[in-house]
Amino acid sequence: MATLQLKNITKQFGDTKVIKGIDLDVNDREFVVFVGPSGCGKSTLMRMIAGLESASDGDILIDGKRMNEVGPADRGLAMVFQSYALYPHMTVEGNMGFSMRLAGVPKEERRAKVLEAAKILQLEPLLDRKPKALSGGQRQRVAIGRAIVRNPSIFLFDEPLSNLDAALRVQMRIELARLHEELDATMIYVTHDQIEAMTMADKIVVLHDGVVEQVGSPMALYHHPRNRFVAGFIGSPKMNFFTVEQQSIGDDGVTVRLPGGRPCTIPVAGEQLASDEALELGIRPEHLQLDENGPLSGQIKVLERLGGQTSLYVQMGELLITIMADGDVAYRVNDTVQFSFAAERAHLFDAQGLALESLSQHPLASLTRQDNRAATEPAAPGAQV
Amino acid sequence: MNRTRASGRTVGGLRTLSLQAPAVTLLLLWMIVPLGMTIWFSFQRYNLLMPEMTGFAGLENYEYLLTDPALWSAMGTTLLLVGWVLVITVVGGTLLAVLFQQDFAGRGIARVLAISPFFVMPTVSALVWKNMMMHPSNGVLAWLAQSLGLPALDWFSSLPLTSIIIIVSWQWLPFALLILLTAMQSLDEDQVEAARMDGAGPLAIFFFITLPHLKRAISVVIMIEMIFLLTIFAEIFVTTSGGPGLATTNLAYLIYIQALLDFDVGMASAGGVIAIILANIVAIFLVRMVAKNLED
Ligand SMILES: Nc1ncnc2c1ncn2[C@@H]1O[C@H](COP(=O)(O)OP(=O)(O)OP(=O)(O)O)[C@@H](O)[C@H]1O
Ligand SMILES: [Mg+2]
Repeated sequence: MATLQLKNITKQFGDTKVIKGIDLDVNDREFVVFVGPSGCGKSTLMRMIAGLESASDGDILIDGKRMNEVGPADRGLAMVFQSYALYPHMTVEGNMGFSMRLAGVPKEERRAKVLEAAKILQLEPLLDRKPKALSGGQRQRVAIGRAIVRNPSIFLFDEPLSNLDAALRVQMRIELARLHEELDATMIYVTHDQIEAMTMADKIVVLHDGVVEQVGSPMALYHHPRNRFVAGFIGSPKMNFFTVEQQSIGDDGVTVRLPGGRPCTIPVAGEQLASDEALELGIRPEHLQLDENGPLSGQIKVLERLGGQTSLYVQMGELLITIMADGDVAYRVNDTVQFSFAAERAHLFDAQGLALESLSQHPLASLTRQDNRAATEPAAPGAQV
Repeated sequence: MNRTRASGRTVGGLRTLSLQAPAVTLLLLWMIVPLGMTIWFSFQRYNLLMPEMTGFAGLENYEYLLTDPALWSAMGTTLLLVGWVLVITVVGGTLLAVLFQQDFAGRGIARVLAISPFFVMPTVSALVWKNMMMHPSNGVLAWLAQSLGLPALDWFSSLPLTSIIIIVSWQWLPFALLILLTAMQSLDEDQVEAARMDGAGPLAIFFFITLPHLKRAISVVIMIEMIFLLTIFAEIFVTTSGGPGLATTNLAYLIYIQALLDFDVGMASAGGVIAIILANIVAIFLVRMVAKNLED
């Protein structure tokens, strides 16, 4: 059992407020990912949970107990640093066993535990090496191993994979997911990487400027972003935004006038809208289709062929719109294209940048990683669903 | 492959050699000529007070010196002086480096002040210590002792070698501090935090993280200081003149006594050669140790 609760946590460095009141619940065995732009306070929040930084205000509860005054070693957490932070003069075994050595655990017991962790991480042949003689991925594994031997209730990872090359990152990502299964541990993970966030998280926490913008499952954040910031942040390439004029508000949604002049009814709730409020329409590049009769048009400025897909950057008035199209489209730069979108795929934001609520939930929005697995693994014979 | 290239032995050997030649020749002359002269004089009968006594002396000078109790006493003094100053400066420098790494108001100024003794000339600092700090009647230390009701101590007559060690340590502590502080700044903050997460307190962090990190810098400090400390002269000359008796006479000072007080160039040269041999023995051990340290 390991749960974490943050209650109105704040952090101030001198006069600057870096964390501006964060509430968060992390459930047992959950994999929570913090994402957000650089400097938004992810590391600071993580360090406060770890106890390396004190909270200016608010409560940190682990398993229901207030931990604000408890030192970092006694919170039952382990942290994996972006720089690995291995002790360079100790061997792999020394690194992994350091916490036990400090705690006065006898040598044989230490060795047994280190071996156990080394086995999980396939580090056995490297136990006598110094960190200098390891590759980046191996160092990362040692850092994770050092965390595992402490048998923590919660693992903290601060951008653990960002120093690795792309291929290794994929491999370590899978390994971490496997580890999460195997250890049945609660994990909190900071990343810049969209794919890591989307694939690993049970719950994504989007931070911006010291506040939580939205908390939810990856699919919920993707399909129902709460505001313009989350909409722009989750998803790659970024969502396209353009201002639209409000025409009418009905039971089936809000009708707006698109830049080309054509009307379009977006199925969102618009009761609270002021009649002249400026609106912004958001539509993801992958939800725009090339369509000869489409309501929107523009001139292709850049064309990036990725093989399976083609990214088109289309000039529409002042805006540069991104479209993800099929890999085989025959267009060339400076061609004019027409495009369209399905109205239920579009998002509408009010003047404050808040998303208008969809009239229907996306079917996958409540999907969790567990559901994903149940769908791919055959159900055990006789299992009740 | 890079190595052979760097030494210029394979690629364009002749050309690089011709370019290196002036520097090598100069350095060789610079070293060989005085060394050769010293060795030559050490085998000569050569006393400025007795110009009629000349000629080859064989091992006479060495025999005289090596059987002279003063030489052994000087060797002992030299080793004591070097040893203690090294201990004081390295230990003190490490602790001060840890202290000055902490964040406190006025840290920048404190750092500069702590390092400034290094820029004082040895003679000047010895004079300051002699006349202002350790003077039995006017000195600050005497005044301190008196205000505590203790008898004033005549430092240079009752604790001569200790006094010299204090003065020299005062001069070299800043050097150790400077090097170690620089090394300290390259200590990865994440490592310290990782150790904190692993349950290390301040002492454990010092012994398991900081000290191993400083190991290399400490060996550099020891090596450089050793080279200079073996030849300490001005501080002794200004304060105790090697006395009382031979209490503060180190090898360098002994050579000076032989050569310039007794005007015995032959004997002084023999002393010099012995000093060189001694320094080399120390250096070989030291270089081994440091080189091994720098490797890993
Ligand atoms: N010790 C400190 N003193 C003053 N300001 C700090 C301190 N540590 C962090 N900050 C500030 O707090 C803000 C958040 O920093 P933090 O390291 O948490 O960002 P981050 O979200 O982890 O960014 P990145 O993604 O680049 O790692 C930054 O604006 C930073 O300048
Ligand atoms: Mg960070």
